[in-house]
Amino acid sequence: MKLTVLYFASLRELLGQARETLELPDAVDSIGALRATLSARGEAWGRLAPGHNVRAAVNQVMASDAARIGDGDEIAFFPPVTGG
Amino acid sequence: MQTVKVQSEDFDAGALTRALSAGRTDIGAVATFVGLVRGAADGVQEMTLEHYPGMTEKALAEIADEACQRWHLMAVSVVHRVGALLPGEQIVYVGVAAAHRGEAFAACEFVMDYLKTRAPFWKKEQTAQGGHWVDARDTDDEAAARWDEVEMRR
Repeated sequence: MKLTVLYFASLRELLGQARETLELPDAVDSIGALRATLSARGEAWGRLAPGHNVRAAVNQVMASDAARIGDGDEIAFFPPVTGG
Repeated sequence: MQTVKVQSEDFDAGALTRALSAGRTDIGAVATFVGLVRGAADGVQEMTLEHYPGMTEKALAEIADEACQRWHLMAVSVVHRVGALLPGEQIVYVGVAAAHRGEAFAACEFVMDYLKTRAPFWKKEQTAQGGHWVDARDTDDEAAARWDEVEMRR
């Protein structure tokens, strides 16, 4: 399963990247599972673990940890929004 | 009529407001909101707005749609700037046209409250101490949540 993952704002700076393409096992089938996979990279990536107030979107729609993800999806992680 | 724009250039609030009712005679009320970069008192020298291209436009269009479902509106216009902005500059414009003022005022406030909590924009402020990302405020979530209790359009 291939995913595009985007990072924005303070999270982008913390992780030192704005986007990456990932090849993941099909078992990583939800936002929650993807958070676990990414936070296991350690150090700054721990920010994606639960409890850090990082929001997610699947294909440009806000998504909860239970949201399903699949091949070709565009996933984004970002801090709470502050526009306006 | 719904217009949603994300742009780095400044906007002409007067022209946007006139466009809401141009050529129509059924509109009795136009409410507008313009957000500015607040600088001096907060020591902000510059503000940079980042956004999520694609999702931002979708989120703003959804907010405008939802306003049209809640109130009987003739026009909604939202313009949000991105990039580097200086204190005093305009950031955001919301204009709403309706038959009567009650709907126009309410819908305008609703669009701003939802925009603040649902549209993917992030502010970074530059002060003499350096740059820092603005934290989301609980009061913005509370402002958006109070619309959950407001009765939907008759």
